[in-house]
Amino acid sequence: MALPLTSQLINVLAALLLLISFAMLSQRRVLSLINLYAWQGLVLAVNTFTVAYSTGQDHLYFSAALTLLLKVLLLPWILHRLIRKLNVKWDVEPLLNIPVTLLVGIVLVVFAFNLALPIAQLAGTITRSTLGIAMASVLLSFLMMITRRKAVPQVIGFLAMENGLFFAATSTTYGMPMVVELGIALDILVGTLILGIFFFQIREAFDSLDLKHMERLRED
Amino acid sequence: MGLAAVLPIDLAIGALVCWLLLGLAGLSLQGMPRLVSGAVFPAGALISLMVLVVGIWGAGQGAEAAVLPLGLPGLPFHLRLDALSAFFLALLGGVSFGISLFAAGYLRHMDGPTLGLLCLEYHVFLASMGLIFLADDAYLFMVAWESMALSSYFLVTTDHKIPDIRRAGFLYLLMAHLGALAILLCFGVIQGGHGDYSFAAMRGNHLSPFWATAAFLLALVGFGAKGGVLPFHAWLPEAHPAAPSPVSALMSGVMLKTAVYGILRVTFDLLHAPIWWWGALALGLGLLTALFGVMFAAVQTDMKRLLAYSSIENIGIILAGIGLTLLFHSYGETALAALTLTATLYHSVNHAFFKGLLFLGTGSVLNATGERNLGRLGGLIHPMPWVAMLTLVGTLAIANLPPLNGFVSEWLLLQAFLLTPGLPHPYLNMLIPVAAGALVLASALAAYVMVKFYGITFLGQPREERLSQAQDAGLWERAGMGWLALGCLALGLFPVFVIRHLDSAVALLAGGSIGATAAQSGWLFLTPVAPARASYSPLFFLLVIVAVVLLTFLVVRRLYHGKIRRSDPWDCGYPAQTARMQDTAEGFGQPIRQIFEPVFLMERHLPDPFDRQPVYRVQVGDRLWQWLYLPVARLAERLSSLIGRLHHGRIHLYLMYSFATLLFLLLFTQ
Repeated sequence: MALPLTSQLINVLAALLLLISFAMLSQRRVLSLINLYAWQGLVLAVNTFTVAYSTGQDHLYFSAALTLLLKVLLLPWILHRLIRKLNVKWDVEPLLNIPVTLLVGIVLVVFAFNLALPIAQLAGTITRSTLGIAMASVLLSFLMMITRRKAVPQVIGFLAMENGLFFAATSTTYGMPMVVELGIALDILVGTLILGIFFFQIREAFDSLDLKHMERLRED
Repeated sequence: MGLAAVLPIDLAIGALVCWLLLGLAGLSLQGMPRLVSGAVFPAGALISLMVLVVGIWGAGQGAEAAVLPLGLPGLPFHLRLDALSAFFLALLGGVSFGISLFAAGYLRHMDGPTLGLLCLEYHVFLASMGLIFLADDAYLFMVAWESMALSSYFLVTTDHKIPDIRRAGFLYLLMAHLGALAILLCFGVIQGGHGDYSFAAMRGNHLSPFWATAAFLLALVGFGAKGGVLPFHAWLPEAHPAAPSPVSALMSGVMLKTAVYGILRVTFDLLHAPIWWWGALALGLGLLTALFGVMFAAVQTDMKRLLAYSSIENIGIILAGIGLTLLFHSYGETALAALTLTATLYHSVNHAFFKGLLFLGTGSVLNATGERNLGRLGGLIHPMPWVAMLTLVGTLAIANLPPLNGFVSEWLLLQAFLLTPGLPHPYLNMLIPVAAGALVLASALAAYVMVKFYGITFLGQPREERLSQAQDAGLWERAGMGWLALGCLALGLFPVFVIRHLDSAVALLAGGSIGATAAQSGWLFLTPVAPARASYSPLFFLLVIVAVVLLTFLVVRRLYHGKIRRSDPWDCGYPAQTARMQDTAEGFGQPIRQIFEPVFLMERHLPDPFDRQPVYRVQVGDRLWQWLYLPVARLAERLSSLIGRLHHGRIHLYLMYSFATLLFLLLFTQ
């Protein structure tokens, strides 16, 4: 059965998104992680644009533009500047080794697809088949946050998780209301800025961005 | 819009906004503390006067509603001014006028930043109390209720550098939150699953007896926690002394009345189907609270703690009145219910006036001497004649002596108790005389407490050297206390007029009123039921008292003058009398401590005969603290230490927790 061109495009983009998620999970270098994040944003923006074009939902154009601006240009730029200032180009050492993480990731993807199946059958949108991928990328980003030892990759994981959520929103309901979307975009931006300040504070206090030092803060 | 179109409710809203603006003005003027105390507080007092006028005016009008374009989207604030709200607004305005005037003088020595903050919190406190009385949906009510709790918390902890005050503030905040939780649940029950939280919709709901009872009990707990009803009284004697005196006066005088308002609003207005045993419960609880409060007041040695316990007593009496009203109401005895409710409302406003006055008097003493401990005061009537005279008015009023206001409400309430044989329930008929006895006991003990309060502080000889140098209160303070004293006098002398003003509120709740009955023998005589039964004329009392005093004075002056024999008095074998030989606060309260010994948790340190410097120390504790509060606190501690085990400080583990929760929920919803 031949799908319309836009539909095929969306599926391809979704697959790319999942691929990038896996790539982020396996990536050790912080710099490459940020680049991957920017790529993921680009895929997301193109996908949103495609959905907007194929369904005629005008407000999705704004979403796409916003995504492009924020997640492809602004946030990666902020992150780049941050790691240059912090001088942290080290390799990421995960808590779990990479192959095991990837295996867990595969299990999560299976779980997500299984979960999305009944929902996707109910949905009437042209993007319904991508819900499973959206959920999988949310879970994979979460996994990345758990397995990373350092602060910067955790933040990237957090941002990537938001990408997944955004993708889920576009694929199930053609995006959230504009107000909500703007609010989330602002939240992400401010959150990143604040976390950037935190990094400096953490490094000043512990001489390192390794989060295991934070365990000392526990009150007995 | 012409002037004729201005409704009381518009004025009320305007007044609340003015209060908020004044608070902000006080905050922004903190560089000029003189201006804040000398201009902002008097301006706030003027607004109070406006609220008083609005309250009196609005009571005569029908209910008016307004919707403010504030609040959440699709959930605007509903306001409504009916007779009950108007009555409580008048109470707020009348009492806060005097207190704000007093504060203008009392706070003038405070430093700028503290005063600015205090001014903001004080006016927010006033405005939120006004908003509580005006609220017509549960949402706005809770917003106002919480802002009242928070602003008063910050007022209580004005001197937050003292650990005891921080502790008192914490206890207060804790109890306020527990109470607010119960009130929230109560509204949740009353709205009955329709999701409409406006009072109009709640009034229309007819709950099953079970749910109505649940709502009533929740209201009793929630509002009881704010009012200091047993066993939720523990915060009161801690928080009232901690706050600055005008704030204590406001908290005791007006804030406790918001609890009374809440109970009345919920029970009579929203849940208009009282079941008789609600009344019995409230009556019993009220009497217990009253007795408890007055017993503890009798053994206190700190002026403010004594007054705080006395507030517990008065709230108990008011609650007992509400309980009796509920009983009468549930048996359809409208006239009796109206009588009791009138007495209850009357007592609320009386308590606001005399307790406000007494707290202000305490504040003046504290300001002049730096001392709250009764054991170090005495003889202040000489250096501080104004404060002493004005406080005497409050003391006589709270001791329920005619012709002042305390007597009127207490007398009306007793009349209502004596009329209970009309109830169709034999057990109640047998038990209610006992309740009346308890009420009389509480009143008598209150008089005893007040003799101690006034006598130890103002009479006798000064117990410390420096007391004779104490300065009398300034003009602002005198004006504020004078206003409240005048209020006590007017409320006592013209009860018929007051009752006529209460009529519309009483009619709204109890379905009947006693205004016409009360005035049937003319405005001079207050006749609660019938002239044949009992009537009371305060003016005659006043005349007789004045006449007797004058007569005695003349007789002494005329007949004894010139027959005075001057000689050394018999000195009982003690040639040197010192101030230490007077009766002390502990000594005066000792009989009560003996008689009701099982109630108190006493820790006594008696001096040894061979001690060089004998020390006598007695500490009276609250048994409920050990029986109820500490076990609950220990339980909470144990539970939180269990939960504390989850806290490892490792971010990855925390993330794991949320990840596992997410996966579980996803599986669960599948």
